[in-house]
Amino acid sequence: MSALSTSPARGASAPDPERTASVRALLRGADAGRRRKDRTMTVLMWSAFGLAMVPLVSVAWTVVVHGMERFNVYFLTHSMRGVFGGMDAGGIYHAILGTLLITLGAAVISVPIGLLAAIYLVEYGRGPLARAVTFFVDVMTGIPSIVAGLFAYALFAVIFGPGVRMGIVGSVALSVLMIPVVVRSCEEMLRLVPNELREAAYALGVPKWLTVVRVVLRTSIAGITTGVMLAVARVIGETAPLLITVGVVDSINGNLFEGRMMTLPVYVYRQYSQGLVPCSNVTDVVCIPDINYDRAWAAALTLILIVMLLNLVGRLVTRWFAPKTLR
Amino acid sequence: MAQRIDVKDLNIYYGDFLAVQDVGMTIDPKSVTAFIGPSGCGKSTFLRTLNRMHEVIPGARVEGTVAMEGVDLYGDDVDPVAVRRQVGMVFQRPNPFPTMSIKENVLAGVKLNNKRISKSDAEDLVESSLRGANLWNEVKDRLDRPGSGLSGGQQQRLCIARAIAVKPQVLLMDEPCSALDPISTLAIEDLIAELKDEYTIVIVTHNMQQAARVSDRTAFFNIAGTGKPGRLIEMDDTATMFSSPSQQATEDYISGRFG
Repeated sequence: MSALSTSPARGASAPDPERTASVRALLRGADAGRRRKDRTMTVLMWSAFGLAMVPLVSVAWTVVVHGMERFNVYFLTHSMRGVFGGMDAGGIYHAILGTLLITLGAAVISVPIGLLAAIYLVEYGRGPLARAVTFFVDVMTGIPSIVAGLFAYALFAVIFGPGVRMGIVGSVALSVLMIPVVVRSCEEMLRLVPNELREAAYALGVPKWLTVVRVVLRTSIAGITTGVMLAVARVIGETAPLLITVGVVDSINGNLFEGRMMTLPVYVYRQYSQGLVPCSNVTDVVCIPDINYDRAWAAALTLILIVMLLNLVGRLVTRWFAPKTLR
Repeated sequence: MAQRIDVKDLNIYYGDFLAVQDVGMTIDPKSVTAFIGPSGCGKSTFLRTLNRMHEVIPGARVEGTVAMEGVDLYGDDVDPVAVRRQVGMVFQRPNPFPTMSIKENVLAGVKLNNKRISKSDAEDLVESSLRGANLWNEVKDRLDRPGSGLSGGQQQRLCIARAIAVKPQVLLMDEPCSALDPISTLAIEDLIAELKDEYTIVIVTHNMQQAARVSDRTAFFNIAGTGKPGRLIEMDDTATMFSSPSQQATEDYISGRFG
């Protein structure tokens, strides 16, 4: 009690001005240089950020401005069947359907394989096999997409003969690209689950496989969903492997296991490569010379919107499954 | 309900490293046994061999026998998962499942094993377990709120409720109060005193006052030096251990001369 009451009394006496000045110099001197550096770095950071935003905003703006010319319900609900020349018609329904089906096929193939591989690596894998799996996942990450397309084509050509074109071949090609991404992101997410939770489950007499399914996967499901969404976004815009494996078609094909299919990126490429339409000899039919370019931009806009929508769904799922502390 | 555990000639390894050497002891049913000793002497490692949690760590293994009422827990026909249902465990840091509510946490041992339980049985089990852990009155109005929203002491009692909900014979506690404040510690110590009527309790603690307060028997572990295995120095009634231990090392440790 006495110690408490003496300290304010001591503080009441004025400090020695000489000491005040020296302490002030001591405290300020070290700071000035650092504050300058801090400001410089802050400015640098913000300019780097601004610089990075330029292409992003520019791309988004260009796609929206050019894409809006033809982006409407008609465009989204019609195929290119019977459309030729500079006709004011044609749409991307067949390409949307193809892209969604082929990407769904790729996800159905690669999510189980990737997730199981990640579970093996994190929960069970020891020794040479686990090291080999990790190594080959790294190697797969570096496969050029055109090589994945050639691989899938060659695989199916062995079974069905040369010249085979099916949506599922494209799905296989895309899954070759998708599996390493899924494995890597799921692995990261599973490693984030604290070991204490696994031990808590073991200590309750829960077998290991049930611990993995009910505790580890349940805790990391939000992150895994995000990882899968990123992997889908990575492959949904692939063009080259689909050009090889699925080909090009103007009409609607909803069957993954038969015939060619159109996909959005291939559609964009195809329309753009057809270029301007010569309209000089047309008389009474409406002819738009740069309709192919307009269609390409509108299809590109649709592709971006689909990816954004998928990300949004992913976010919602993430929020839904997030650990309950956040609510 | 409670069972007796006999440990004989137990050597515990992490890979090739011998962590704890030649432990033999008897743990009496319906009593509290405390393990004390300096950090790294193998108390927690030894505790984890009593419900086969040690072997969860890659490369970890044991030699010797741990027998519960004469049945060797490391016998060929013994399932480690079944052992852990009989010998529950509470960890140093409270670890409620973050994705589950308070109620789901208590029922975790049942639900995670995909066992079916009727709604009324589940409610009875939740209430009796939470009452057993002295937590019922504090959480009965928010059973559906997340378990991780509780305070540290409440979370630890939730973990105790979760452990006793699977109705084990033995309850192991690995420094259950080291992350808690004195008031929560007191609540847990009171709880231990109540639980020993029904369970065999083994507790690891760094706090010698705590060992003196809660335990009936105390075991002192020590380590000769870094890289050397930990050993059981002596084990006796807590009153004897703290008044007139037979070993010099025990007396030095308890009186605060080292450690």
